[in-house]
Amino acid sequence: MPAITRHQLPNGLSIILKEQHSAPVVSWWMLYRIGSRNERTGQTGLSHWVEHMMFKGTPQFPGGVLDKMISREGGSWNAQTSMDYTAYYETMPADRIDLGLRLEADRMVNAIFDPEEVESERTVIISEREGSENSPMFWLDEEVRASMFRVHGYHHEIIGDMADLHTITRDDLYNHYRQFYRPNNAVAVAVGDFDTVSMLRRIEELYGGIPAGDPVTHFNRPEPEQFGERRVTVERPGATAFLEMAYRVPPAKHPDWFAMAMLNAILTGAGGAIDNKTSRLYRAIVESGLGVDVDGGLTPSIDPYLYDLIVTLREGTTHEQIESVLDEQLEQVAVAGVTTHELERARKQARAIFAYSTERVTGQASWLTIAETVADYTWFENYIERLSAVTAEDVQRAAQTYLRPQNRTVGWLIPTGGDDVEYDEDDAE
Amino acid sequence: MTTLSLPGAHNITRVELENGITVLAYENFAAQSVVICGSLEAGALHYTPYGTGIPSLTASALMRGTQSRDFGTFHAALEDIGADLNISAGVHNVNFNGKALAEDLPILIDLLNDAFRYPTFPAEPVERLRGEILTMLQYRQYDTGYRANRAFREQTYPAQHPYHHTTRGTLESLPQVTLDDLRAFHRTHYGPRGMVLVIVGAVAAAQAVEIARATLGDWQNPAQPTAPTLPPLATIREVRRVDTLVPGKSQSDLLIGVPGPARHDADYRAATLANSVFGQFGMMGRIGEVVREQMGLAYYAYSSLEGGQGPGAWSVNAGVNPQNVERAIEAIRAEIARLFAEPVTEEELADNQAYFTGILPLQLESNEGLAGTLLNIETYDLGLDYLLTVRDHIRALTREDLLAAARHYWKPDALVISVAGPQSG
Repeated sequence: MPAITRHQLPNGLSIILKEQHSAPVVSWWMLYRIGSRNERTGQTGLSHWVEHMMFKGTPQFPGGVLDKMISREGGSWNAQTSMDYTAYYETMPADRIDLGLRLEADRMVNAIFDPEEVESERTVIISEREGSENSPMFWLDEEVRASMFRVHGYHHEIIGDMADLHTITRDDLYNHYRQFYRPNNAVAVAVGDFDTVSMLRRIEELYGGIPAGDPVTHFNRPEPEQFGERRVTVERPGATAFLEMAYRVPPAKHPDWFAMAMLNAILTGAGGAIDNKTSRLYRAIVESGLGVDVDGGLTPSIDPYLYDLIVTLREGTTHEQIESVLDEQLEQVAVAGVTTHELERARKQARAIFAYSTERVTGQASWLTIAETVADYTWFENYIERLSAVTAEDVQRAAQTYLRPQNRTVGWLIPTGGDDVEYDEDDAE
Repeated sequence: MTTLSLPGAHNITRVELENGITVLAYENFAAQSVVICGSLEAGALHYTPYGTGIPSLTASALMRGTQSRDFGTFHAALEDIGADLNISAGVHNVNFNGKALAEDLPILIDLLNDAFRYPTFPAEPVERLRGEILTMLQYRQYDTGYRANRAFREQTYPAQHPYHHTTRGTLESLPQVTLDDLRAFHRTHYGPRGMVLVIVGAVAAAQAVEIARATLGDWQNPAQPTAPTLPPLATIREVRRVDTLVPGKSQSDLLIGVPGPARHDADYRAATLANSVFGQFGMMGRIGEVVREQMGLAYYAYSSLEGGQGPGAWSVNAGVNPQNVERAIEAIRAEIARLFAEPVTEEELADNQAYFTGILPLQLESNEGLAGTLLNIETYDLGLDYLLTVRDHIRALTREDLLAAARHYWKPDALVISVAGPQSG
């Protein structure tokens, strides 16, 4: 693997560079250490909304011009707001990447936040949330999170509560931007076809003069310990039932996170491009005919977060039946552990997924950026080694420690059917 | 700084096996992985009446058990090595794609061969698969995007056209399909003639072709029929509107469209560029600028052009609050009228020409991107030097070419409007 270098400018900007000359493409990422976990009640969704406003332009790169400039140069760009960060990227032909570097330097300080555009974007974001609300699982996930995290900011959806989307003001957004969009709260990452010395020099030219400002403080309240199982039920129109079982698990920095990742690969599959039909829970739930899909989710996070199992029930199966099978399967891991074959398969799958991920610079840059935020960049660099070091005993201990009923929230999505769809036709105008 | 050596006749290996399979291989040693993709002439239009779901269920059931591997053994062979293989039926073809570490290419091709030639369609695993698909179809009855799209296709294409129907089958048709139906369809339609196999990755091209030849080279099926032709499609001459009630939703999905060009039509490329101006370029083109940026009505509002082997849809999609449906329709129709009435601006043409020529390095960065491009080159007979010449073709397009293409397909008062959401129109 090509060498990764880490640098820091005097104003605090962290820089991670990885040269890779496999294709004439560079991916440039700018991440701010601010996400929905740092939002107070009444201002949920602020980070995500600010991300939208960053596409509205600056005096130098006005809105409506920015996106065309990137496209004209054969590039792609986007952004993502998570619980832990807000990140922006441009992936471009290597000889055009300077536009991405200049653009991010400019909008770190000069974004406009025009009041009229704030109002126009309010309805766009409400529409985004309404689109998510069309999925029954959005409602269940929102309830499960809210139940798991009473105090910590992980308790609300990244897009925010609808009540806040109606009341957040332009000043709320602009203050958030001024407070958190600073070099000493940012991580910059480039992966691709460039020369490290030249790239670093150019970054220093463009970003070195941006003042750090005051030290950045983040609102964050630790979640108190959980002392028993919690349950939520959501009823929505539809024909399909779902079950979500979410356990509190340690953050990415914790050594047990990698044991949980191996446990998840054995229970529900390694993810990525690889199917999960030989995983334990697929065999117990889908092959048995009780469900039609089972999925496990483990997100690397700054603070303790969750590991969730989501099952799509087959018609005629009850939530109790699925819970019983899940309990039995998790108990089996806790009592009897996992096999050497399962562990070896999970290791080979991890190696394959990692090889696939190196085909694209955007994916690598994304992972390096996230790793530096939730732990440090070596978390990604040493990912395979750390997974390979996990033993069968580690996996069993993780199951015993974290996958206990007292440590979980169980959510049921109960479909209530609905009026039969109406088919209304009008052939002529 | 490296320069891109575009794939062309000089570095793509193309071999026609004696049994009719065309193999394309391209070397890329940047990552230690290999990707395969390809197609087979056994899609939904190969079975009438349309809409039964038989071709689709056949394709999906190929990996549920073969003469030498049961369901568990087949998938263990894939997952134990971190490989993946997917086979599914579209309207025209059965498409497949797979991925593995380069060292495991022989295993991946062997599993593909096993699935295509020796499936047994075992009762219990196929029954389970049917149940999974039925559950998905039930779920989709409450999916506004799916419902808007289905209603759009039923209004746009007549019942005797395969594009009218869902390839998956319906809640009514799928339970009627028997194992014998699947076995008969497989026996007749699966064969080497017309099959394309693309292999891209860290494997020498000659070695890749040899692996394919050694595994698939002796496949024969004399019964394999020729591909049927699509029935003619009558021109839409009026505005057709269909509203579908999907209760309990926060948002309506809106789709406005017409049948568009096939990939082989002379004005396909001009239409693609016109579509980019219309609803793709930058933040979703003119449609995104008006519906999202100016009016704030939608998170997504864009146009798309399918452009496959037949007259697939050229359409606009938007997700809007039920109260804003009519405003959104009005705004989109105004943009359709504009696209029909006047040529795109010089700036729009130049921007989009630059985008289509400049984006190639990003499209060809990964093995998947390369493999998909090579499959298109073969499927649509574009020539192995397509990537070396396409930029010149794009630069040669004029504003008048784009206007002519837009007018060929769009008429402001002849289109289909489909809305699915919590309120009927």
